[in-house]
Amino acid sequence: MEKRVTFRGWMLPLLLIAPQVFISAVFFFYPAGQAVWQSLFIPDPFGLSTQFVGMGNFEYLFGDRHYRASFYTTALFSILVTLASMIPALFLAVLADRLIKGSGVYRTLLIWPYAVAPAVAGVLWLFMFNTRVGVVSWYLGQLGYDWNHVLNGSEAMGLVVVASAWGRISYNFLFFFAALQAVPRSVIEAAAIDGARFWRRFFTIVLPLLSPTTFFLLVVNVVYSFFETFGVIHTITSGGPQQATTILVYKVYSDGFVGQDLGSSSAQSVVLLLVVGLLTVLQFKFIEKRVHY
Amino acid sequence: MATVTLKDLRKSFGPDEVIHGIDMEIADGEFIVIVGPSGCGKSTLLRMVAGLETVTGGEVLIGGERANDKEPMDRDIAMVFQNYALYPHMTVAQNMGYGLKIAGLSKPEIATKVEAAAELLQLDGLLDRRPKQLSGGQRQRVAMGRAIVREPSVFLFDEPLSNLDAKLRVQMRLEIKELQSKLGVTALYVTHDQVEAMTMADRMIVMNAGVAEQIGTPMEVYETPQSLFAAQFIGSPAMNVLDARIEGGRVMLGDVAVAETGKRAGPVKLGLRPEHVAPDAEGPLAMEVLLAEPLGANTLLHGRLAGTEIAFTASLQGVHLASHGGEAMRFGVDPVDCHLFDPETGHRL
Amino acid sequence: MASHPSGMVEKRGAGLWLTHVLMILGVLVIFFPIWLAFVASTVTQPEIVRPPMPIWPGDQFWENYKAALFSGVNVPVATMLLNSLIMAMGIAVGKIVISLLSAFAIVYFRFPGRIFFFWMIFITLMLPVEVRIVPTYEVIAGFGMLNSYSGLIFPLIASATATFLFRQFFLTIPDELAEAARVDGAGPMRFFIDIVVPMSRTNVAALFVILFIYGWNQYLWPLLITTDPEMNTIVMGIKQMFPSGDDVAEWPVIMATSILAMIPPVIVVVSMQKLFIRGLVDSEK
Repeated sequence: MEKRVTFRGWMLPLLLIAPQVFISAVFFFYPAGQAVWQSLFIPDPFGLSTQFVGMGNFEYLFGDRHYRASFYTTALFSILVTLASMIPALFLAVLADRLIKGSGVYRTLLIWPYAVAPAVAGVLWLFMFNTRVGVVSWYLGQLGYDWNHVLNGSEAMGLVVVASAWGRISYNFLFFFAALQAVPRSVIEAAAIDGARFWRRFFTIVLPLLSPTTFFLLVVNVVYSFFETFGVIHTITSGGPQQATTILVYKVYSDGFVGQDLGSSSAQSVVLLLVVGLLTVLQFKFIEKRVHY
Repeated sequence: MATVTLKDLRKSFGPDEVIHGIDMEIADGEFIVIVGPSGCGKSTLLRMVAGLETVTGGEVLIGGERANDKEPMDRDIAMVFQNYALYPHMTVAQNMGYGLKIAGLSKPEIATKVEAAAELLQLDGLLDRRPKQLSGGQRQRVAMGRAIVREPSVFLFDEPLSNLDAKLRVQMRLEIKELQSKLGVTALYVTHDQVEAMTMADRMIVMNAGVAEQIGTPMEVYETPQSLFAAQFIGSPAMNVLDARIEGGRVMLGDVAVAETGKRAGPVKLGLRPEHVAPDAEGPLAMEVLLAEPLGANTLLHGRLAGTEIAFTASLQGVHLASHGGEAMRFGVDPVDCHLFDPETGHRL
Repeated sequence: MASHPSGMVEKRGAGLWLTHVLMILGVLVIFFPIWLAFVASTVTQPEIVRPPMPIWPGDQFWENYKAALFSGVNVPVATMLLNSLIMAMGIAVGKIVISLLSAFAIVYFRFPGRIFFFWMIFITLMLPVEVRIVPTYEVIAGFGMLNSYSGLIFPLIASATATFLFRQFFLTIPDELAEAARVDGAGPMRFFIDIVVPMSRTNVAALFVILFIYGWNQYLWPLLITTDPEMNTIVMGIKQMFPSGDDVAEWPVIMATSILAMIPPVIVVVSMQKLFIRGLVDSEK
């Protein structure tokens, strides 16, 4: 879409667009270019010079057992976070949609966690499951279950998944609720007259009509669990135990800043870049799809 | 096929009562039109019969059985919605077959019934399309098809034609009426359009502000409207209503006697349909014509009663060439066409 | 036709109560972590380290919050709150200003390189800061912007979302308005300030809510570039309050800090709920 009426001149628009272009260039394109460039080199052990290795860093990366494990961890993590945040959100949204009165109050309470930063959410959940003072872990202990996410990788994974999904429930709830409200009442009524009871209506009418929203949320939540959960992992597990919760973004950080392995870290950034690109393409496909109904 | 009975049916939303007690017996196979202006409660009434709104007072009986607490699906009804309410993610065939599938019919049975309905509605070639790919009229037919495949006892229509253009509306009006009489199903049809009510109804309910002003055949309502509201709502152009009084057995409009009457003396509202006045040089009604609207078959004259500010409309057969206003005309009126109403209650005298 | 406030289909009686009960249960579960943090911020350290900790608030509210706000662990929380506020405001205001300007240029002018710049901005949509942290860090270090507000703010200002949102909105402004402005003799900047900006008010407000929370909740970036505790933001500062090794954390103070860290964004979200939801839905389109 283009405007039919425009103003004349080219100095002014260039001036107007300059701040954004400048910032994008300095803080986006230059660093992204650097990431790609550095991914082709390895620095010598003293950091004094670099040596061109071409695809070497990438070959090394995919040959690295830990990196492949991190891929797997990330996939598992994002699937779990996506499911753990979408299913309860949908359930709550369906409940809220059934209520005429009071849904506003519930909504106000339910959006709180969205405002809580992932890193703070991490601290809250860490506190509940802390091996020494955690309330939940203490009660689990009373029930005979010895919770220890510091040593047990699956428990660590479970904890970071729950802590990451928690705030997302609010976000997903808002989208599902809006989508449910947009389903025409009369279509539901027609289905009721056709003989479909509540759950049947839900699965054969409502859920298919929500599919554009569901697909959108799938993509957005995967992106979230890939990139924005760093705070949760850093506060709760720092990637451990034995890298059980080291997702790709965390590895970029730990290899680049903690391990000071710039070549590998840059190569990892480039891989992540490709992942983001892929997800973006998916998202655009979704936009095309949404026009459908 | 079933009868529908409404017994003192009431509906309140919180403290506000919106339907104030409606009684009606609907015979098997009858076509009933519920007509009234926006907000008169006609859709709410229909939705109570459908089971989409709870009944707050009185009873709905379908086929002689109390239906108040039955779910919509257990009432043996089908409904056509104003916006059609088609399932957007299903094909035409799936839309029509959805109810049958839920009822547990086999695939071949469903296919047979859907095809039969599609043929009846001229939807044969469209069964694999989605609602988005259909025109307004086609969607309307699919909504009808969805209703008829289930062979319900009662059809409910909620302003089904209001989203169509004028020409299609006339055509679909005929088709619906034809279909209903062919299938012999009891039908309740909600509309705000008095032409639809006149042309389709076996009997109509004229509703106003949650009250049934009159229940009767179209001709009964037209010829002997029981209230001022019914008199003005049915008939086009609307009936002229004039302040008059009865003196010595005559209806007096100012100093002029319009007709003889046996009614008691006192102030009245006099209703005269525009099409029931005839030019008559000796007639009692003097009108100052301000505007003539020739419609071809007839001509509408708008003006006021001579020497007053009271608006008056007359409809004359054929073409009537009027001057550019100010022309005076006189009309006569048949006493049987004078409708007299109590000015206080609006009831017919 | 008449509205149907109750448009019912099975929304009555026992089912309605069950719905409320389930909903309340859901809210309680979702809320539990926040409640527990609040309780922990009002009791003493010994009450926490001897599990199970109490489930109702204690009487140490003022003591703990005073300790957090004015002493903290490494640095007073009040300082971190101020840093967070500056960072969140800087990011929100900065993004909105540069996006309004560039969207206006793209929509209302035809100039050389327009399409090129458009795509250049568009591509930045795809680059979360996490992906390019190492080289971005180097850029900031090169500019000497470590431990500075500008270092915290600038790299996060550059994102295309806001620009696209405004572009979409500007395209819906009727052409007649620009024509009328031209007939009235108003130049482009006059038109921008007198017509476009006032018309964008709601969009700006909605976006502000989203961006404020985005800025406030940043973690990785401040973690990298603020080595000086005086420059820590509250969200990243909490983690710094945990002792290394086997020492016991000062839970009441940490939890008071967590509560303080969530209060500003929660206030913004709850008090501007309508705008927030609108901004959320718009910005994710």
